[in-house]
Amino acid sequence: MTAALEIQGLNKSFGALVVARDIVLALPKGARHALIGPNGAGKTTLVNLITGVLRPSAGAILLDGVDITPLPQAARTRRGIARTFQINQLFRGLTVLENVYLAVAERMRASARLWRPAGAEREVIDQALAQLEALRLADDALKLVRELPYGRQRLVEIAIALAQHPRVLLLDEPAAGVPSSESHLILDVIGALDPDIAILIIEHDMEVVFRFASRITVLVAGAVLTEGSPHDIRADARVRAVYLGEEFPHG
Amino acid sequence: MAATDTTAASAARSMAEARARATAFLAHRHHFRIWEALPWLLALAAFFLFPDRMAFGSQVLLMVLFALSLDLILGFAGIVSLGHAAFFGLGAYAAALVTLRWGWEEPISGLAVAATVAAAAGAASGWLLLRYRGLTLLVLTLSTTIMLQELGNLMRDLTGGYDGLPGLSFKPLLGLFDYDLYGHVNYLYALAVLFVLFMVVRTIVHSPFGQTLAGIRENVARMHAIGSPVHLRLVVVYTISAAIAGVAGALFTQTNAYVTLGVFDFDNSAGVLVMLVLGGIGRLYGAFVGAVIYMVLQDTLSKASPQYWQFAVGLLLVLTVLFARRGLLGLLQDAAGLLTRERKP
Repeated sequence: MTAALEIQGLNKSFGALVVARDIVLALPKGARHALIGPNGAGKTTLVNLITGVLRPSAGAILLDGVDITPLPQAARTRRGIARTFQINQLFRGLTVLENVYLAVAERMRASARLWRPAGAEREVIDQALAQLEALRLADDALKLVRELPYGRQRLVEIAIALAQHPRVLLLDEPAAGVPSSESHLILDVIGALDPDIAILIIEHDMEVVFRFASRITVLVAGAVLTEGSPHDIRADARVRAVYLGEEFPHG
Repeated sequence: MAATDTTAASAARSMAEARARATAFLAHRHHFRIWEALPWLLALAAFFLFPDRMAFGSQVLLMVLFALSLDLILGFAGIVSLGHAAFFGLGAYAAALVTLRWGWEEPISGLAVAATVAAAAGAASGWLLLRYRGLTLLVLTLSTTIMLQELGNLMRDLTGGYDGLPGLSFKPLLGLFDYDLYGHVNYLYALAVLFVLFMVVRTIVHSPFGQTLAGIRENVARMHAIGSPVHLRLVVVYTISAAIAGVAGALFTQTNAYVTLGVFDFDNSAGVLVMLVLGGIGRLYGAFVGAVIYMVLQDTLSKASPQYWQFAVGLLLVLTVLFARRGLLGLLQDAAGLLTRERKP
């Protein structure tokens, strides 16, 4: 079966600085794949390469077996790749509803319409509201994003990505910066995501990684150190060495 | 069991209410408010109150239109420009040259020609320049306009250079209303054009397209991530804005019956930006407030003190930026907000 997302020998360098080295990765449909590694390993760079923010120096990215490497960011998004950002990238001066409305309108090709009011696009509004309800954000629909507590903003970050109806979803540290008292809200949402979506999650919290992921890739200095099941990774001496000094939960 | 039923029912009801409230917010946002009639009523009142100042009045109205065109890109899409006079100037010259070179004196089609020329220039320069943002874009738009002015100076045979093209003539409006000495026809003509184009801009900013412009203004990286063709959207709105600025320039030519290369002056680009800051950016009606204040100040103060009138405008601008960052309309809105809050228990 063709993988939902396949990365073949991906390389990226800025001059002499190599940030991605022969990265190979395959996410079947419905995958729950975690990407871990120390700071500066190139995890976010890989997300930027997959979404088309950066162009690889060599290698290929395949979506459902189709080479999307030459496609710009917008075209990749339309084919079903969505992402969230490690640091919130929200429309802070707009309402929560408008934030999700934008993503739905773009997916439904309603955004290029100039001559009718945005409020007349009932289908777009309904879908945006349904997305907010699914993440229990409906009560905040008319609040400005910048007025929300950080944990709720992180949920809006996910709501926008889900409103794109992705087939491949890249979550870049979804719970980063959220106080531990609220992080379960985000982890519950991630745990309940559509089982058909292939998900790649970057996460530092090993507990979350081991609970959520069925495959784990360890990235070190731009290259894949190893890939395996949570059991393999936990037992891997090299991974332990990389995380030396950091708490590594035993299970 | 009965208790959970009631809880579920009330939860469903509150969800339905939240849904209705949220839908209503977007569905009613574009509806006309009563106060929106005010600027138009005042403009009509001015026609009857100051019958001998209508020549000046039409200049104010066309500057409102020019400021409105800048608000569309600056206030709604976040495109900064210090060269918007380029499109005003191109429109002004297009309207002059169709009558002078081709003898085409019908004014309304003259506006259409001006809009087309300015739109073409907007599309071409926008496609090139809108890859940049912020300070870079500011300098690029500024220098493009200066180059255009110099080009006009080189092509003196066509443009008349800094002496300009005086004594243009136009056919009566709609073949019925001839231009009078006091500019009464011109005033109503400018007001009608402003009204039509204002409605166009108002429709656009409330459309799904207008919503994506707000998205681009708020966070361009996220717009890329949700698959929006950002550059295309910016070029489209820039082209529309250029066309409207071109119409404002054409109105300038037609109501003054002359045009000079001064229309491309940096003062013109900067002046329209100052008007918008004074009135309030991104609120449509800020163009009215700002242009009227700026033009009336210029008119009265430059008579009182031809050398130092700009000092007063500068002072007002400094005070606005320091104490009313959202412009005078923003200040009014805050004041109204305070009043309503006090009235409520």
